[in-house]
Amino acid sequence: MQDFAQAFGLAFGLVFAADPDLLEIILLSLRVSLTAVLIACIVGLPVGTLVAMGRFRGRTAVIIVMNALMGLPPVVVGLLIYLLLSNAGPLGWLRLLYTPEAMIVAQAVLIAPIVAALSREVIEQFHNEYAEQFRSLSVPRHTAAGALLWDARYSLLTVALAGFGRAVAEVGAVIIVGGNIDHLTRVMTTAIALETSKGDLALALALGIVLLTIALSVNAAVMALRLTAARYAYA
Amino acid sequence: MPDAIPITQARASGRDGDTTGIVGEARGLVYAAGGKRLIDGIDVAFRDATRTIVLGPNGAGKSLLLRLMHGLLAPSAGEVRWQGRPLDDRGRREQAMVFQRPVLLRRSVAANIRFALRLHGRADNAEIERVLDEVGLADLAGQPARLLSGGEQQRLTLARALATNPRVLFLDEPTASLDPASTKAIEAIVQRAHARGTKVIFVTHDLGQARRLADDVLFLNRGRVTEHTPAERFFDRPSSAAAAAYLDDHLIRR
Amino acid sequence: MFKRLIQGLLPVTLAAAILSSPALAEDRSIIVQSTTSTQNSGLYDVLLPIFETKTGIKVNVVAVGTGQAIKNAQNGDGDVLLVHAKPSEEKFVAEGWGVERFDVMYNDFIIVGPPSDPAHIAGSKDAVAALKAIAGSKSLFASRGDNSGTNKKEVALWKASGIDPKAGSGDWYRETGSGMGATLNAATGMGAYTLTDRATWISFKNKGDYRIAVEGDEGLFNQYGVILVNPAKHPNVKQAEGQAFIDWILSDEGQAAIAAYQLDGQQLFFPNAKR
Repeated sequence: MQDFAQAFGLAFGLVFAADPDLLEIILLSLRVSLTAVLIACIVGLPVGTLVAMGRFRGRTAVIIVMNALMGLPPVVVGLLIYLLLSNAGPLGWLRLLYTPEAMIVAQAVLIAPIVAALSREVIEQFHNEYAEQFRSLSVPRHTAAGALLWDARYSLLTVALAGFGRAVAEVGAVIIVGGNIDHLTRVMTTAIALETSKGDLALALALGIVLLTIALSVNAAVMALRLTAARYAYA
Repeated sequence: MPDAIPITQARASGRDGDTTGIVGEARGLVYAAGGKRLIDGIDVAFRDATRTIVLGPNGAGKSLLLRLMHGLLAPSAGEVRWQGRPLDDRGRREQAMVFQRPVLLRRSVAANIRFALRLHGRADNAEIERVLDEVGLADLAGQPARLLSGGEQQRLTLARALATNPRVLFLDEPTASLDPASTKAIEAIVQRAHARGTKVIFVTHDLGQARRLADDVLFLNRGRVTEHTPAERFFDRPSSAAAAAYLDDHLIRR
Repeated sequence: MFKRLIQGLLPVTLAAAILSSPALAEDRSIIVQSTTSTQNSGLYDVLLPIFETKTGIKVNVVAVGTGQAIKNAQNGDGDVLLVHAKPSEEKFVAEGWGVERFDVMYNDFIIVGPPSDPAHIAGSKDAVAALKAIAGSKSLFASRGDNSGTNKKEVALWKASGIDPKAGSGDWYRETGSGMGATLNAATGMGAYTLTDRATWISFKNKGDYRIAVEGDEGLFNQYGVILVNPAKHPNVKQAEGQAFIDWILSDEGQAAIAAYQLDGQQLFFPNAKR
């Protein structure tokens, strides 16, 4: 129990001292995970929308696969991306292994299915509500897709948030493709793993508390945005 | 039966009882679902620029007929013709529909109109204002559409439907859940649209409303047309037993 | 419409774009595939700044188990290999993956255990006998089971004892499949003995009441070696920079820096480069 008290003390100490190493790690965590979320949205939202609006053979199978991919183990994704980006792998010439970009790719692959599957559910609800009216107005499919995405934007923000939460909290993928290199690819979770392996449990826990605080802040900001939108019945 | 009458000719000729002046029609229309023929062989022709009220007991197929005529549903058999040709996307763009429950975008009042106008390639602010002014919502242009009252929301959907100057306006019990004042407002807008030449096909259970609006009445029962007659004759001496029973039932209750 | 969607996501886009401004490219940098023991002990935190200041070459250390480090190096995902499993390293060079292997430094392995000492091995200097006692009393033993340098050493010791610990796997023989730190955490958590290198043990902060049970056996010698990954196999290898690092760590200056590194008043690594 002593570890807990010590951890909270350390966490406050780290934050208030604005420890430059910690700041670097936090910024890299945010940079990697936010960029991954952005890429996952660019890929996942159109896929989710397409499946939500589409009526095609094998649609149920596609939905099952999408939902199953939400549970992709980070280590497996990390391994796959490592094999691709390794110098011995097909994409080795990109020289991306052990860079933040590799971590972004891994996290984007990890959370794109989450964005696709969850946005499919959200968009489908909106589609069910709007479909007949849109058909009456002879709305072209691409316009309808855009309108669904736009009107669902606050719900989709929550989807993006789910992706961000998963990305920023995972360690399995980034530690393999990033290598946890100090001042280069060390993020919050790999730093926590490192301190745990050093047996410095209090410091590891302190970093965990900082990570949790960041996640809380991001969630609170998004929730505030949604509540404001809800007041105008836009969400 | 002439398949394609030029619009000008159709409108110019005022002869009764033939196919001139017919804007849309159903031929041998059947719609079956779950093994039931919910629309069971309907032949009906709608005269242009008039107000047709569709009456009938619950489950008669009134809403289904509207959806089939508007192309929202595909018939199981038979066909829907529009301006003398099978109904297609181009024909559908000349039609508009107002549903019982307003479906509005999660945007401002003006943005809902802009969305519809843009589909027809004309979404300038002056046009939006004119459309909203027409239904008395110009003052609420910037308000979130989904925070309007029920009556205001229905006026907005009506404005959206009329924004593209449709040739025909389908209304599926648009005032069923509205208070009398809102109902009056909706009726007034429909009347003005009709006065400008829009064909109105209006489903209702409100006989008072039917009397106020109808040029002719289409009475449906169990997926079939029981009668299609001028309004005065329908309300005086309905020719079918089902229609008579329906009228009795509703007059007693009222 | 999609344009408006993009606008809707603008705050996120903007934040991501700002945060994505690429880190300043390190013109001269190398990747060293190395072990957790050297990293966790803090040795690199002392060595690397000296080398980087002197040469301007940034050293990026990927710290994994020796087995994985060798595998990564075979894939060309590193310029220099610095690990501690001599037979594997020699095989690595013999197969042409590495240019040449040099001894860098050594320390030793130790067996640590709980104060209750259920196998009665405390104070012993005979690692093989100690393992026999552990197996005989079915005392808990935490193995890394991850093909790391430490794991390879442990397997060799079991072999010498003539006991197949895998027979007790899941029972008294617990394979964590994890790094040294995680295995130490597990061992202290369940009251098991385990084999660790001394550097990791000294720098490990979650010792609890654990103590060293066995040390001083010649068979527990722990040699570290350094190898340049073969540019003939992987043209991407930064030969000049990698060689500069190897030359420096084997030089008097590098060796002295290794010797000078202490934690809690104890020297962790003993330089033994041949010259």
